[in-house]
Amino acid sequence: MPEQIPYGRSTQRPSPVPEIHIVWMTSGLGCDGDSVSITAAMQPSIEDVVLGAIPGLPKVYVHNPVIAYEVGDDFLKHWYLAAEGKLDPFVLVVEGSIPNEKIKREGYWAALGTDPATGQPIPTATWIDRLAPRALAVVGAGTCATNGGIHAMAGNPTGCMGLQDYLGQTWKSKAGLPIVNVPGCPVQPDNFMETLLYLLYQVAGLAPMIPLDDQNRPKWLFGRTVHEGCDRAGYYEQGDFAEEYGSPKCIVKLGCWGPVVNCNVPKRGWMAGIGGCPNVGGICIGCTMPGFPDKFMPFMDEPPGARLSSNAVGVYGRAVTALRSITNHTVNKEPKWRHPRRELTTGYSPVSY
Amino acid sequence: MSTTTAPAAEITRKSRNLVEMNWDPITRIVGSLGIFTKIDFENREVAECHSTSSIFRGYSIFMKGKDPRDAHFITSRICGICGDNHATCATYAQNMAFGVRPPALGEWIVNLGEAAEYMFDHNIFQDNLVGVDFCEQMVKETNPGVLAKAETTQAEHADLHGFKTIADIMRALNPFTGSFYREALQMSRMTREMFCLMEGRHVHPSTLYPGGVGTVPTVQLFTDYLVRLMKYVEFMKKVVPLHDDLFDFFYTALPGYEKVGQRRILLGCWGSFNNPAVCDYTYKKMSDWGRAMYVTPGVVVDGELVTNDLVDINLNIRILLGSSYYDDWQNAETFVRTDPLGNPVDKRHPWNQTTIPRPQKRDFKGNYTWVMSPRWYDKRTGHYLALDTGGGPIARFWATALAGIVDIGYIKATGSSVKIYLPKTATLPEVEFEWKIPKWSNAIERDRARTYFQAYSAAAALYFMEQAMKELHAGRTATWTDFTVPDEAIGCGFHEAVRGVLSHHVVIREGKIANYHPYPPTPWNANPRDSYGTPGPYEDAVQNTPIFEENGPENFKGIDIMRAVRSFDPCLPCGVHMYLGNGKVLDTVHSPMFGLH
Repeated sequence: MPEQIPYGRSTQRPSPVPEIHIVWMTSGLGCDGDSVSITAAMQPSIEDVVLGAIPGLPKVYVHNPVIAYEVGDDFLKHWYLAAEGKLDPFVLVVEGSIPNEKIKREGYWAALGTDPATGQPIPTATWIDRLAPRALAVVGAGTCATNGGIHAMAGNPTGCMGLQDYLGQTWKSKAGLPIVNVPGCPVQPDNFMETLLYLLYQVAGLAPMIPLDDQNRPKWLFGRTVHEGCDRAGYYEQGDFAEEYGSPKCIVKLGCWGPVVNCNVPKRGWMAGIGGCPNVGGICIGCTMPGFPDKFMPFMDEPPGARLSSNAVGVYGRAVTALRSITNHTVNKEPKWRHPRRELTTGYSPVSY
Repeated sequence: MSTTTAPAAEITRKSRNLVEMNWDPITRIVGSLGIFTKIDFENREVAECHSTSSIFRGYSIFMKGKDPRDAHFITSRICGICGDNHATCATYAQNMAFGVRPPALGEWIVNLGEAAEYMFDHNIFQDNLVGVDFCEQMVKETNPGVLAKAETTQAEHADLHGFKTIADIMRALNPFTGSFYREALQMSRMTREMFCLMEGRHVHPSTLYPGGVGTVPTVQLFTDYLVRLMKYVEFMKKVVPLHDDLFDFFYTALPGYEKVGQRRILLGCWGSFNNPAVCDYTYKKMSDWGRAMYVTPGVVVDGELVTNDLVDINLNIRILLGSSYYDDWQNAETFVRTDPLGNPVDKRHPWNQTTIPRPQKRDFKGNYTWVMSPRWYDKRTGHYLALDTGGGPIARFWATALAGIVDIGYIKATGSSVKIYLPKTATLPEVEFEWKIPKWSNAIERDRARTYFQAYSAAAALYFMEQAMKELHAGRTATWTDFTVPDEAIGCGFHEAVRGVLSHHVVIREGKIANYHPYPPTPWNANPRDSYGTPGPYEDAVQNTPIFEENGPENFKGIDIMRAVRSFDPCLPCGVHMYLGNGKVLDTVHSPMFGLH
């Protein structure tokens, strides 16, 4: 028996948590591409969330340096308040990988703000140490923050790493949530905003615990492979592979890793269903994956594992393509009773007209 | 060695009462920048400024030994707002090194993608980030007198943009609640969709490769782009007059405002949008295909065009260590002794740079930033010029206008101006805008040029559309040319990132990257005092900026400084950091009798 809901405004229960802050750090080793991504999102948009366009949510305050009104200490005061436990509840979003500040004698690799006592910059890692224990949830935005990403590739000088390498795989927030990872380089705009929206619903008591996979990624976003959502997979099935970039066929032989990469971009598109990767001619370089980038380089060579499977599909594919070609020819012809002659040949026999 | 921008502001007059004020971080930019200043409130000017960047990532280190075909995928990740500019510039350098020339259609698709990037990025930065410095809320907090005046000042072009007074424009710019703020944000999404059509994904493209693009050129692709472009063209017909009204108001409301962010005219532009009929990516013909670009490269000094030859531009780039956290590379390997034309290549040129990071304490009397100091050697005078990009557009317009080469139906460079023609759109008739060389290189003119360049990009895209459609209709649909990676090669790419000059230099040995140095706009703009004591452009532009803000030191916002800095469109993943402490008096030096404490 569904709950009886009375008609009218009284159905809109206020959130049990009236206000929540999003403290967004961009001072990891990143490119701010994930912040720029959120300005691209439309499902929901940042203004939908900030202006309260989604019913039932707490009032949201976003403290992100790329869009903030305040500057300098006016801006950083939210960081200090959060560190003192005076900005509760807040969600900490981290963008960029975390450099290893322990491998050198002095100085800093990445920092945000200046320590008033010493006049020296405050390392990003110090801010994470101060804020993570107090956060309701910690979210990694983009592959640098979730797993290290580009700046953590072999030969890097900073020893940088993802949040879960820094805090530990089993780390839990004070509210019992593991790190929530939304990878992507950059993060797909709506993937991130939708995850944030889910967490806000959860805070408002309108959703159960966010479903995460074993890499702490939202299951509904990263549970399928690129290939499973790619509109070029039909070419793969028919064993019809592109030899050159610019072809509309399957580009697995040109370096696409789609069959083994967890990501929904070909299905969702990049923005408003437009763009993407293999679906529009861009090889999947595995940018959502913990093994990115090293395990996918050199990007423009056929993945070593793909040769066997794409050759195997070739025989079956050619046979299927031949049969489909015959059927396709047939269904490209209209039935024979559509004509302007002085007779009806549809099979209907009227007594008279 | 003499320098062109005298560090005069370093000389602190005895009578001065300087208040140390710092803003760290500077927000509403991309990346991590701190601005540290000393302000003379009695004389209402900034006496000294240091700009610092607090991030080091090490691209030129971890790219060594990697496959050169991966360079554009990797370097795109340098920047999260204009990563595609890096990817594009990297493919230019790869094309040169691999000896490959993309089909014309591939080049037009890249140009359409990059035009969309300018349309998007200038739009969001101008109206959602810089615009906030001019919004009602901000002006009320910093200059209530100016806001009162704005309430009674009619907007000259109200009939075009719909806002009756200047204060109405300012209200429309309020973050999130302002109607124009929200419209601009929405427009920044539509233009990113245009970008995704051509290059797959924003901001790190998926369909861009050395040799061309993987984008499938269909009728639908270009239709989808064109209908969005025409909406943007209509938007421009309101946006350009809106900004003219707003910026002109500041000159009249605050006499002397031209001094804010002003510095000597020292502008660099490395050119944008290759012409596939001329560009074969060979170094030997680079002077010719550089001049054929649809934004003309050039170095402009004191209003004079010094060169528009890319070879000349290339050879005179010098990377000085300055006050940065790096060791010198004088004893490291020299990778390129002469260019393919036989010209000698300097040890301080990006081809020969070796990046050796040395993390250390920040010391404003010594080293204080992760940004080195790029300079351009002016062989006429022997000066190492601290060129700036003015955030991109002002330098592009200035160089293009003076060269007087671009003439594509929608755009004409006249020698003293650039004319932009926009055809009829759904509800508005055709218009012509004309960007004229301004009297100053200052904050307002950098911002104004940005708006005009949005229109320029749209006009250029109209031309690129026509050229792409010609290829498509003629059945020339190849978008990519095959190539092999040579064992030994060098390459360079020149492009305009949204906020200014961009170069990538690569050295290939044994089929791998032996050296790779990208030089984006921010190191040019945000750099510290160089080895000769010449301050970087932000520092230079902020120093001696007059203070028009009505607040005293107690609740000082530093709005004039913010406008000066943001006019450069700072983007620090590429390389800065300014410091002025939230209106708090941190320290006073000299003349204690003024008793600020």
